[in-house]
Parts: sequence; C-alpha cells; structure tokens
Amino acid sequence: MSRLKDVFAKKGKNVLNVYCTAGFPQVNSTLPVMQALQDSGADIIELGMPYSDPLADGEVIQNSSTIALQGGMTLSLLFEQLKPMRNQIHIPVVLMGYMNPVLQYGFEKFCADAAAAGVDGLILPDLPPFEFETTYKAIVDRYGLSFIFLVTPETSETRVRKLDALSSGFLYAVSSSSTTGNEKDFAAVEQYLERLQHYGLNNPVLVGFGIKDQDTFSRACKYANGAIIGSAYIKALDGQTDLAATTRHFIKNVLG
Amino acid sequence: MQVSYKQPDEQGYYGEFGGAYIPEMLYRNVEELRENYLEIIADPAFQKEYQLLLTDYAGRATPLYYAARLSEKYGTNVYLKREDLCHTGAHKVNNTIGQILVAERLGKKRIIAETGAGQHGVATATVCALKGLECIVYMGEKDIERQAPNVARMKMLGATVIPAKSGSKTLKDATNEAIRDWINNPNDTFYIIGSVVGPHPYPDMVARFQSVISKEIRAQLAEKIGTELPHAVIACVGGGSNAAGTFYHFLDEPSVGIYAVEAAGCGIDTHMSAAATQLGKPGILHGSKSFLMQTADGQVEEPYSISAGLDYPGIGPMHANLFVTGRGTFLNATDQEALDAAFELAKLEGIIPALESAHALAALNKVSFAKDDHIVVCLSGRGDKDMETYMKAMGTKV
Ligand SMILES: Cc1ncc(COP(=O)(O)O)c(C=O)c1O
Repeated sequence: MSRLKDVFAKKGKNVLNVYCTAGFPQVNSTLPVMQALQDSGADIIELGMPYSDPLADGEVIQNSSTIALQGGMTLSLLFEQLKPMRNQIHIPVVLMGYMNPVLQYGFEKFCADAAAAGVDGLILPDLPPFEFETTYKAIVDRYGLSFIFLVTPETSETRVRKLDALSSGFLYAVSSSSTTGNEKDFAAVEQYLERLQHYGLNNPVLVGFGIKDQDTFSRACKYANGAIIGSAYIKALDGQTDLAATTRHFIKNVLG
Repeated sequence: MQVSYKQPDEQGYYGEFGGAYIPEMLYRNVEELRENYLEIIADPAFQKEYQLLLTDYAGRATPLYYAARLSEKYGTNVYLKREDLCHTGAHKVNNTIGQILVAERLGKKRIIAETGAGQHGVATATVCALKGLECIVYMGEKDIERQAPNVARMKMLGATVIPAKSGSKTLKDATNEAIRDWINNPNDTFYIIGSVVGPHPYPDMVARFQSVISKEIRAQLAEKIGTELPHAVIACVGGGSNAAGTFYHFLDEPSVGIYAVEAAGCGIDTHMSAAATQLGKPGILHGSKSFLMQTADGQVEEPYSISAGLDYPGIGPMHANLFVTGRGTFLNATDQEALDAAFELAKLEGIIPALESAHALAALNKVSFAKDDHIVVCLSGRGDKDMETYMKAMGTKV
C-alpha cells in the first residue's frame, strides 16, 4: 500500500499535514525540519519548492521562499538533499510548487527524481486540469506519484467531482478562496466542508489555508479527514535556532 | 492547428503559447470572463457605448500622420499612428474603456489593476472615475518612487494606490499582488490587466480592444495612399498591447512586415536588459506560457529598461508565437538608441514621444526600407511622463 493510502487507512480522521519550505530557515535545514515534524507527530509533510513568484501563497510563505532562494536553494540541490530522506523519514512527503521551475528542470526528470527520492505526491497549483490531463498525467502516473488538486468554496459540484477523479492521495480543500495565511470566518468554511462531505468523494479531504492552532485544526477536522498547516508554522520557525524544540512546541499546541 | 495569428484556439493557445495556468482559486473568475467576454463584446449595445467613449471621451480616431522630415531622413515614407494623442496620453485607455464596460456588464463593483510606469494605472483610475467604481491599483514600491507624477494622477482620480513590497518591488510583483487580491475577493472584483498577458482570455480580450489601432490604420491608409496595406508596421513591446493592436489586422496579410521592438536596456549581453525573446526561454508567468527571462533554475529574472513600461520579464503569448513562427521580426533597442530616437523625433517633427514608443522609432535605424515603401510606426504614448529622464539626458538639473 502507498504511504499516503496507508495514513488514511490507519487514521481516517485528524490527519495532520504540515507545510515547510525547502531551504528554510537555512538552506541546509530541509531534512532537519522534516525530521522534527515527523518526531512531533505530523502525519504528512508538504514540502514547498521555493519560487520567485508564488501566486497562490501569501506573504509569509513568499518570504520564506525568498530566504530559501537567497540561501541558494534550487531543485537540483533539493533532490540532492532528499537522497537520504527515506533512511529517516517514513511518513508521506508531498512536493508543492509552481510549474515554471518544474518545466525548466524538465517535467519527466522532475517526476523521476522525485520518485527516486521517495516522494509520494505532487501539488502544482498553477497546473490546470486540462493541461494535466492532456500532457502531464501520463508522466506522473508512470512514476507512481500521486497528484493532488485544490478545490475552493467557489468550485462547482461538477468540477469538484472532476478534480476528485483526477486526484489521488487526497483532495486539498482550500478553506476560503484566499491565499495562504488569512484569517477565516469559520462558519462559512464549515458549510462548505459539509457540502464536500455529502458528495461522497473518492479521495480523503484535507483542509488547507488559515489553520493555525488547536481550535481551527479540530474544527476543520470535524468535516474533513484532516487539515494542512502552512503559514502559521513558517511564522513559528522564523528567527528560531532550535528547530526541533520550536516544532515540538508548535505541533503540541495544534494537537493539544 | 493555427487558424490565425491574431486569435488563440479554444483553450487560449497561440501555437504552443498561452493557456490559463492559474490556481483553482482564480478559476471561477477567469471562467466567468471566458464564458462571457465574446458575447458581451459582440453585443450591439456594448459596441455602441464602447465606440462612443472611444470617440468622444478618448478622442479617437487618432491621426495617422505622415512624418515628412522623418521620411526624408530615412529615405522612405513614415507614418506615425498618434496614440500619444489619446486621453491620458497613451494607447492604454483603449483597453481600460473596453474592460470597464465588460466589468460593468458582469456586475462587478470593485476594480483592481497593476501598473509599472503608471500609465495603465492612470488609464484604469480614469475609467473608474468615469463609471463611479472603486479602483485599487497595485504598483511596485520602487516604481512608486520613480513615477511620482502618475501616482499623484491616480490619487487625484480617486484611486487607492497600494505598494507591492514583495520580490523585486516592480511591475511583476505588482501583478502578483493584484492576482492575490483577486484570489481574496472572488465575488465582487474585476481585474483590469494592462497588456496582452495573463491567463486566457485576457491576451485575446486586450488584443481585441487594442485592435482599433490597426483597424483605423487600414482605413486611413486607404484614404491617403489608396491601399489599406502598408509594407511594414513597427511597434514597441513591453507586454505587447500596443504592438498587438498595431499588428492585429495585418497579421493575416502576408505582404505586411511585422516588426516588434523590445527594450535592450544597456545591451543584450549586459544582464541589464528586458528583451524577453532574446534572453528568455519558454516558461509560465502570470497565468500563461510564453517567453520568459529566467534563471537556469526557473526563477523569474528581474528585467531592466530605462523605460518603465517595457521593464517586464515576459511578453504576451501572441508575440511569442509570432517570434517562433517567424511571422514577426523581433528587434531591440538600447536605452541610448531610444533616447536618440526620442530627441530626433522632437527636433524633426515637434513631437516628444514616450520612452517606450521611442524604442519603436529606433527601429528605423535598424531596418532599411525602400523609397516607395509605406511604413507605420505606432507612437504609443507621449513623453510628458518621461521629462525627468529626458532632462537628465540633456544634462539639465531636475
Ligand atoms: C506609452 C507606452 N507604450 C508602451 C507601453 C508598453 O506596454 P505594451 O507593450 O502593452 O503596449 C507602455 C506601458 O506602460 C506605455 O505607457
């Protein structure tokens, strides 16, 4: 069974996926941060590949990307860093990033290197379903990678079903139509998540964007299989030197 | 299959370039526009209002001026399409008038835009004032410092100017911030993009609104020289909207030469340049696939040009297709060549061009045309906004 399937089979609820930016806060902290997340109880790691123009992310994540790029992070270096990953990380790892660096690297080479490193899935928010289906899906499938699409409260039922059918691993429900890191009105979010529940989708649903503490995490988990934390964790890491302790403390606060 | 150089296919592709590489959070807004724009634009009531505003408000048709002394100097017949005489001083208003009418018909109440030099910001603030709609313009922090008069104009017109503080703090970052604003305001907001860039259907929509330029050129040439077709048309390319408008009705006329002029900055080999076809590779920026200046790792590179309006690391997908198919000839002019062309036009014809347009004029030095040829250069804007740069060039203290 794949690592992603495994997580949801073993633990259908309260799955905690935490985002971190590769090469942040230091260019060499990619694996130490992932290790700290695993040790602290994260179920999935979403590893951000820094990009100069991350449209779907907010200020906090863009700043972490800028710092990572200034530190010399590149896709080649990242795959170099990830080579020994599976000696120490046993939870699923999903790469998140933007199409342009991936295209420059070579889409097929990217998938091959990701699969070789033991990466489980990809999130490329600016790759739309049409281009995915017609050009890229066959390559992603060939390397046994999951591909995860985003849905929003504005996504129609027909389109949610289509994106669900194209996704594997899980479906990423953006908790409001907004870039990462904004405060949310949770009542509207809950309505939307309830609607998703009623569709009876193929994939488990993880809620992203705006989750930052125990309260928002447990509320999101009521209507979904789990949640994704991004900006709040990056903010917590900023300026810290003891990454393990910071991470432990942060995750403890979320899980209660 | 490429049916025409001027329009994309159903999915928004000009050959291999274009498309709509957008996150799901933007899908509904872009889809709403894609589903409706052609019908809205074709509606006779829309056309009536659009044409009336172009005529009575923007001051169209703009003249096609036979530049006798310039023609003599270059040994050919040079016509200037006088977009500099449009209300607000550049071609940008052709597009903002069109888009504000589309926004209105989609029931949007809040308008956002990005701007570099401030010309598109001013043109957007202008039409928002005209329609009584809220206007928010994103502008790079660096550009706000460099373009103070246009910032003041936008404010006087009632717009809110928000500094883009991320990344390089220039046009590309202002565009990122505008897109983020749109993601955060998925219901009431319309994004007026200022060039033939962005996700489908923006490049096509903006090209259609700017195509009035070549439509008028054809009619004006017919009247002046008895044929609608010149030997060549020349325009500068930042994102490429004045060029798209100037080329549009000639793209499928093989006898007409198409010349696009990019900003070479300090020179193509100096790392201080904005010539995207010369220095870029195919890539994705702001929702479409096109030529993009980028590092080997796929990070977007910071362009440079003396002219803020050409200081963009990409070009519209229509132009990328003209470049790779060879339908268009892509030239470039350095800062100095543009300055020289601007001073030459001022002295020979009594017209002070925008620095962007001066790049198009500089092409007259780079291509030789025959004595009987008829050449049209798009004078996309006037030079008022660039006086500080021109004064520096003259050694005048500002
Ligand atoms: C006068 C003028 N010409 C040209 C441009 C470049 O834009 P585009 O390439 O979209 O015509 C600008 C942009 O600010 C401008 O102000």
